[in-house]
Amino acid sequence: MHPISQSVTDMTRRELLGRGSLGLGSVALAELLQGGQAAASERPLLPHFAPKAKRVIYLFQNGAPTHVDLFDYKPELQRLHGQPLPGGFSEGKRFSTMTGQADGKLMLAAVEPFRQRGDSGAWVSDFLPHTAAIADRLCFIRSMYTDAVNHAPAIQLLLSGAQIPGRPTMGAWATWGLGSETETLPAFVVMTSVTKNTSCGQIFYDFYWGNGFLPSRFQGVKFRGTGDPVLYIRNPSGMNSAMKRGLLDDIARINELKLRESGDPETASRTAQYEMAFRMQTSVPELTDLSGETKQTLDMYGPGVTEPGTFAHNCLLARRLVERGTRFVQLMHAGWDQHNSITTELYNQCRDTDQSSAALIRDLDRLGLLEETLVIWGGEFGRTPFIQGDLNNRQRWGRDHHPYAFTIWMAGGGIRPGMNWGASDELGFNAAVNPVHVHDLQATVLHQLGFDHERLTYRFQGRQFRLTDVHGQVIHDILS
Amino acid sequence: MNSRNTAICLLLCSSSLTAAETPDFSRQILPLLSENCFQCHGPDAEQREAGLALHEQSAAMKVIRGGDRSASELYSRITSSDPDTVMPPPDSGLELTTEERELIGSWIDDGAEWSRHWSWEPITRPAVPPISSQNSAGVRNPIDAFVQKKLFQTPLQVSAEADRRTLIRRLSLDLRGLPPAPGEVTEFLNDLSPQAYENLVDRFLMQSSFGERIAWDWLDAARYADSNGYQGDQERTMWPWRDWVVEAFNQNLNFDEFTRWQLAGDLLPEAGYEQKLATGFCRNHMINGEGGRIAEENRVDYVMDMAETTGTVWLGLTLNCCRCHDHKFDSLSQEDYYKFYAFFNQTPVNGGGGSGQTAPVLDAPEADQQQQIEQYQQRLSDLAEQIRLREAALSSLQSQWESDRRAELTQPQQWTPLRADQLRATYQQLEQSSDGVILASGPNPANDTYTILVTPQVSRIAAFRLEALKHKSHTNGGLARSDSGNFVLTEFEVSVVREGQDQAVPLAQGEATYEQGNLKIINVFDGDPRSGWAVHEGRPVDREHAAVLRTKGVLELMPGDQLRIVLRHDSVHVSHNLGRFRLLTSSRPDASLNQDSQQQILAALKTRAGDRTAEQTAQLRTAQQSEDADWKKLTEERKQTEGKLAAVRKAVPKVMVMQDQADRRETFILDRGLYNAPGQSVTAGTPSSLPPLTADSEPTRLQLANWLMDPRNPLTARVLANRYWQMLFGQGLVKTPSDFGVQGEIPLHEDLLDWLACEFRDSNWDLKSLIRTIVTSHTYRQSSARTPLQMEHDPDNRLLSRAPRYRLPSWMLRDQALAASGLLSERIGGPPVNVYQPEGVWEDATFGRKTYSQDHGDSLYRRSLYVFWRRIIGPTIFFDNAPRQTCSVDVFRTNSPLHALQLFNDVTYVEAARVLAEGVLAEPNKTDRDRLDLIFQRLLCRPAGDAEAEVLMQGLQRSRKLFAEDQQQAVQFVSAGEAKVSDQPVTEHAAWSALCLAVLNLDETLTRE
Repeated sequence: MHPISQSVTDMTRRELLGRGSLGLGSVALAELLQGGQAAASERPLLPHFAPKAKRVIYLFQNGAPTHVDLFDYKPELQRLHGQPLPGGFSEGKRFSTMTGQADGKLMLAAVEPFRQRGDSGAWVSDFLPHTAAIADRLCFIRSMYTDAVNHAPAIQLLLSGAQIPGRPTMGAWATWGLGSETETLPAFVVMTSVTKNTSCGQIFYDFYWGNGFLPSRFQGVKFRGTGDPVLYIRNPSGMNSAMKRGLLDDIARINELKLRESGDPETASRTAQYEMAFRMQTSVPELTDLSGETKQTLDMYGPGVTEPGTFAHNCLLARRLVERGTRFVQLMHAGWDQHNSITTELYNQCRDTDQSSAALIRDLDRLGLLEETLVIWGGEFGRTPFIQGDLNNRQRWGRDHHPYAFTIWMAGGGIRPGMNWGASDELGFNAAVNPVHVHDLQATVLHQLGFDHERLTYRFQGRQFRLTDVHGQVIHDILS
Repeated sequence: MNSRNTAICLLLCSSSLTAAETPDFSRQILPLLSENCFQCHGPDAEQREAGLALHEQSAAMKVIRGGDRSASELYSRITSSDPDTVMPPPDSGLELTTEERELIGSWIDDGAEWSRHWSWEPITRPAVPPISSQNSAGVRNPIDAFVQKKLFQTPLQVSAEADRRTLIRRLSLDLRGLPPAPGEVTEFLNDLSPQAYENLVDRFLMQSSFGERIAWDWLDAARYADSNGYQGDQERTMWPWRDWVVEAFNQNLNFDEFTRWQLAGDLLPEAGYEQKLATGFCRNHMINGEGGRIAEENRVDYVMDMAETTGTVWLGLTLNCCRCHDHKFDSLSQEDYYKFYAFFNQTPVNGGGGSGQTAPVLDAPEADQQQQIEQYQQRLSDLAEQIRLREAALSSLQSQWESDRRAELTQPQQWTPLRADQLRATYQQLEQSSDGVILASGPNPANDTYTILVTPQVSRIAAFRLEALKHKSHTNGGLARSDSGNFVLTEFEVSVVREGQDQAVPLAQGEATYEQGNLKIINVFDGDPRSGWAVHEGRPVDREHAAVLRTKGVLELMPGDQLRIVLRHDSVHVSHNLGRFRLLTSSRPDASLNQDSQQQILAALKTRAGDRTAEQTAQLRTAQQSEDADWKKLTEERKQTEGKLAAVRKAVPKVMVMQDQADRRETFILDRGLYNAPGQSVTAGTPSSLPPLTADSEPTRLQLANWLMDPRNPLTARVLANRYWQMLFGQGLVKTPSDFGVQGEIPLHEDLLDWLACEFRDSNWDLKSLIRTIVTSHTYRQSSARTPLQMEHDPDNRLLSRAPRYRLPSWMLRDQALAASGLLSERIGGPPVNVYQPEGVWEDATFGRKTYSQDHGDSLYRRSLYVFWRRIIGPTIFFDNAPRQTCSVDVFRTNSPLHALQLFNDVTYVEAARVLAEGVLAEPNKTDRDRLDLIFQRLLCRPAGDAEAEVLMQGLQRSRKLFAEDQQQAVQFVSAGEAKVSDQPVTEHAAWSALCLAVLNLDETLTRE
């Protein structure tokens, strides 16, 4: 063999296979799974400090849940029901073209009763009984705010730090920074769902899990809700695994001949990719095979858990993914955009998400995974404390987009449980106490993963970019 | 990632840079200043600290004294040991190395000679390096001389020429995007002429597949897609522009014209169809039709996209950095950005709506559509003549007609209201008042049925009249208590009750005062409970309506007969039950709604011809004509032909194109890039640091295009030459094709790039000639095998001592498989096609709003260029492409198991494999080894090697055994796709198909060598 080819072969074997079989190579193999031989700049970095969370599950509630009906209890809003918005709240603020000016809008009280829950006394509406029951394990941030007033820019801002598409999303940053812990599944997985027959589902753009300018292997892999979860995961019709194994061996042997002649390490890498693909063909069906789950577990996640494409099913898969080493799972559930359906569709929306969100926390806890798994639940903004629609037509009550205050919750991953952080004003209109911008949330998530958000940067077009742009402060008070 | 150029620098700089040599400012010093100082002392005036700017010579000399580093504050600051004064400051995270400080110091000592960033300097044609006799073997043209000159300073040498089989495959894939046919390979191998290769290049350049291949990269840059993107993602019909691009490349339209037409074809004095069509380039941006979006915000986005795309494609500049502030590194200000933006700020587009055919548009009919249009236009002109003649004839018969009609019309129609004996609704209460009007009350159910039993006061009935009447209890005072005030009557049934027996009365015709879309009056007697009649006119229901239903023949009643009339409301539109109505009958078979006009006609007839008003004269003429069978037939045909013409015209693709509105729109600098934060007003202009555009008044897009292609423009020729180099070598001479600014890569082969730029520019922008020059160089023709020395010294091949080797883009892999198997369709152009795609991809991404409807037959095998590109979810088969959302000129090359899954499992490739197998099995009298060689010839242009053959023949035996054991599997495997399955013995066919699939997945097959 040509000496250089020999050294390349040795190197690639060592890098790609040797380290893997010794159990040290998860990094290299994981890179392969995501694609390409990594240049030095693409290798996982060392965290800046010891991570509290190894994994993230983002339960993204697409369309913006109404904070004033679900979490943010305001007696003053109840009292002012039907009255015009008092002065001093909306000056200089921009709303969607559906609302235009906020002046003169009538206040709309929360439609379901609120109660204080658990030892922490967190206010949670009767809309969400299951979430209410685990309130002591959650940390509510009640003073979130954002810059964008329409869905796509706001979601993009929350997930990538910028309103315009094209920046890497949180999951891409996390997997770029930390690499993967699985050799057979993608490190960054996205699953979407929508409440059936909802009138206001927003489209999921693929830039919501985009890699931006990071190498493309850091893009989230979207598991589909219908058909096979991963495209092309099934063998061609008429070809069984034994046949395929044989063909892959043939290909590997011929590629080996090619490698000796060309000396191109990409050739070895290609063979390894085909091997990885072959393994995924086993690992993905194993992942989605729920026959090993007890009835008790399945019941806990609620109806629909065995139906691919539901939020309940995705929650259970999220647990199974993090169990198997996936770094970042992003669930996106659409339908929260209640412009005219607070008294109707909102009930379906809560029914489809409340039980399984709570079940996921309980299940992670039961398996000892919660401690190192950061779970985040929330949408891209909140909804107006004033009404959209006609006060006399209760069936069509709604609320418009509202970026100035909203609520999210976090659990596990080194976040203090049973905590309430920040507050909005007496109408739930503006973040008032300890406001938390979406960049602060991003800084905190990266912090829990062991990164200083100001130092996790990537050079592109001559500039160092980061998830938090030039902003963001870690919310140290909510860390345990 | 300061490692840009590190390997090269080690190779070139360390050995050649001695203390005696002056550091090169633009290559060595400017990058250091940019990287370490410009954040605070660069072009961005807002962020500038201490008023010090280091990007301009005059300002920088305040802290630099040429010839004396010790007298230069810059030097003392960068070498200071005091953390309070040292630059860059410790908290910036930036740091200069000792070597870098020394480099700056010696540059100052040597006089601090200043120049501009290399790409801003005018392009001058570099002298071609002389070639010594020992190097002449590797020199076929000046490209090689430049390459040799650099290599001479290193331990590396050029590689030998690749073998002819590799060469023809490489050239064919690079220039045509397709593998050569086996016959082409043989011809080339047997061509003993010294010009064999050059002749091959010329042949390929003349083929239409050249335009199809080279168009791909242009479409990526032009963010071409077949839908708008964003919510809704409506379809658009920009594909005639795409076909124009292919044709322009094939015709070798000079690149300056190519540019001028696309940016400003509409403004050319002789602007014709092609020039206007070409401006579709600018309009390929995404369109946001999301509800709640502010139109002006959209419009500003679109204009920014046009400006930034132009900036990237021709100037290689990251203009987008200056939307919100001055550029951090390059000499581009926010004002420059909005001056550039102003060129595109004059279209009449207002940003509203989400149509994929937002005006201004250009009709771009397909050939058959054009033919139909001409046909219909001809027919219409014939009809017009015939109608004119018929009307003249009728005119001469008018007095006779008038007297006939006068007699008839003296007896007006009589409508008699029906008085019910019994009134019943399934759910509501019905009550009739003395004038016959019936009102429904009580809770309004989803669907109700009214039954009216009546003893008519007349003996003949030829027509019923149903009047839908307003009432204050109705929604908005309309016609029903539904959500809109509209009703849907689904059936109107009449029967005669004679001696206790019901006998149905068939209805034959109906007319109504208004019909809402498909909810037509004839639906009420079609027996279909789902169809019906409704009257919503697109505004709140604000007027009463009526319908006349004529019976099939006149109904003669006998004494004692009763009528049973049933009105059904079984629509899916719930609660759309008539709220107030009246029923009447007439004995006249011609009873109609236009009773009023008949009264008017009667009045006109009674008036003496001389005393009639113009309106009355016209009324009579119309009445006479409308009773004439010939006239009616002709006008009916005219109406239908006009309808057909309108339908064809509607189906004609409309390409969004450029046009400037008459009133000039003022352009403002937008604070932080926000549409609603206008600042200072600016006029159109080019960046001030580049050569000026001279114009008398405010310059137009046309002048911008001319300025871009002006020989004095330092960027355009370099940027374009670099991109075509990138297309042929897998990476550019400047590795950052979208950034020629100071933070972009400084080319190692700057002279070569400048020489190519001059060749391109000075050839009057002859693209085929540029490509020919590149591919006929020895540099291009080298072998791609690598040596240990190359791996050690130049792993990235920046010195070009070998040909690059890289995986083909996914779109080309598909075309290769189709071509090798013989499936490829040769059709050029036309509407996009939907090829194989896993089920549910669109549906999943759009909540079922977009349904994927796969095409069949020939469409499945069109080149990748013609595959429908849905912007929010691109074709899944192209796994490594620019996303076609915004402009992209970068290379997307990845290697992931997801791609392996696709290339092995997707029906596209399995079908290609089994069809390829069919082809070789159909060859008579061949051994297995012969057949294997045929497969290799088709994909790799060579026979299989013995070692390869051994592996694959063993594999073939194995597959034969496995498929023989399971015939069912074999049948399934050879039935992949929709191509007709041959009658080859199934086990044999399956085993060979498996082998072909393996060969399609070999590293060499996937790679351009």
